[in-house]
Amino acid sequence: MTSLSPDLAPVVDIRDLHFRYDARDVLRGINLRVPRGKVVAIMGGSGCGKTTLMRLIGGQLRARGGELKVFGESIADINRERLYDLRRRMGMLFQFGALFTDMSVYDNVAFPLHEHTELPEELIRDLVLMKLHAVGLRGAAHLMPSELSGGMARRVALARTVALDPQLIMYDEPFAGLDPISLGVIGQLIRRLNDALGASSIVVTHDVQESLQIVDYIYFVSEGRIIAEGTPDEIRASTDPWVHQFVWGEVDGPVPFQYPARPYREALLGSADA
Amino acid sequence: MPEILLRPFVRLGHSVVSAIWRLGFASRFLAAIVLMSGTTFRRPYLLMREIYFSGVLSLIIILVSGLFVGMVLALHGYDTLSRYGSEEWLGVLVALSLTRELGPVLAGLLFASRAGSAITAEIGLMKATEQLSAMDMMAVNPVARVVAPRFWGGVISMPLLAAMFSAMGVLGGYLVGVVQIGVDPGSFWSQMQSQVDFERDVLGGVVKSVVFGIAVALIAVFEGYDSDATAEGVSRATTRTVVTSALVILGLDFVLTAFMF
Repeated sequence: MTSLSPDLAPVVDIRDLHFRYDARDVLRGINLRVPRGKVVAIMGGSGCGKTTLMRLIGGQLRARGGELKVFGESIADINRERLYDLRRRMGMLFQFGALFTDMSVYDNVAFPLHEHTELPEELIRDLVLMKLHAVGLRGAAHLMPSELSGGMARRVALARTVALDPQLIMYDEPFAGLDPISLGVIGQLIRRLNDALGASSIVVTHDVQESLQIVDYIYFVSEGRIIAEGTPDEIRASTDPWVHQFVWGEVDGPVPFQYPARPYREALLGSADA
Repeated sequence: MPEILLRPFVRLGHSVVSAIWRLGFASRFLAAIVLMSGTTFRRPYLLMREIYFSGVLSLIIILVSGLFVGMVLALHGYDTLSRYGSEEWLGVLVALSLTRELGPVLAGLLFASRAGSAITAEIGLMKATEQLSAMDMMAVNPVARVVAPRFWGGVISMPLLAAMFSAMGVLGGYLVGVVQIGVDPGSFWSQMQSQVDFERDVLGGVVKSVVFGIAVALIAVFEGYDSDATAEGVSRATTRTVVTSALVILGLDFVLTAFMF
């Protein structure tokens, strides 16, 4: 663990975390740490429990077992008021931005400032323009969300996420559905904003190549467990078959191409009830 | 007993238990809305915006419907009353029908169709597009910020719309009864003034419209908040708002009428 030295106090500390939806085990004993100032990626295939893990960190879901501490406080033991106090120190970027569609870009970014501060309107205006400038969209302040492209909407949502200068920023699939230019822009913004704010970031994604360029540490989740972890260099050099298949996008491997079925020959030559 | 014979009873039992569950959930939701209404009244622009969307934008359909209902009442009323030589009672008939019954009930049904469905669709879509989750993650309670203003906007708008429906209905009755048919205007207004009791008839109608307003607004926000976060889920929730509101309004109308008059 080259980048995650134990002397750095973790912003998020997860030990043996379990979670299930009805009868389905989603997380089965997750151990994970996010130290101060680092950008950590959580990767894995669709439906492996990445987003669930992030919702557990944000307190939107409650774990069935194990320990989950954020800023040193156990999320399972705090009431809603305390949880909201913690959330004021967090920011979360949703997969498709989740901008408020009845508000302009400016009002979207100003929303957390209006809700949580008593700042004069002139100061709020300056802060909003600064946040929009940081994501390159100061000129789009007057537009409505319906007038933005997918990449622009994601950047506005990012400006809103960092409006209150959070200490922990979470990104849910920030690269999904973006063209290569927007993807690169969002990737660089995640890194730059994290460093500029002195925050810690968690990026839930399955975009391997972009993530390897910007993050400090990577956790791989499969079937509810951490199956591999390491720095980007360690991950690139990994000989673990699962990591290798995922990083290099190989069609077949530990994750099979074929859905389980009876033998092909038997299915073709046998009876019609395949 | 074979399973196939038991199946209808199992389904019926499941439906009844689900309905009771939802009723309990809706009651707790109402309590939560009331407890979290501070933001709505501390920031009047939130409430004014919802009164505009629920009330002002419903005005056209309410006023036009009220006018036509009053006109039809006058036509039917005149036809019946003239057989007994009591045409001067036309104003009373129109006013009592509207203030006691048709004003609150029809305005409630129209309000559920126009504003109730819009509120459900808006909240449902906010849920489907994760806007409510985003708000919650920003430490802003969506019940306080999104649901409560829409609920109170509906509760305040509904009695005002019902009153305007009744007023337009009386005007419609006047236009048909007095202007078109030729009933004596003095009798039309004076009989109405003497026979319509403010407390019993007008306030009774106001009480009904307030109760219907609470019911429709609660159903609308609850269905939106409880909808499945998919396009189909929002569509079903919107339909449920209109159907449930109509049934609840008619059911409550019977109960209130039995107690009041």
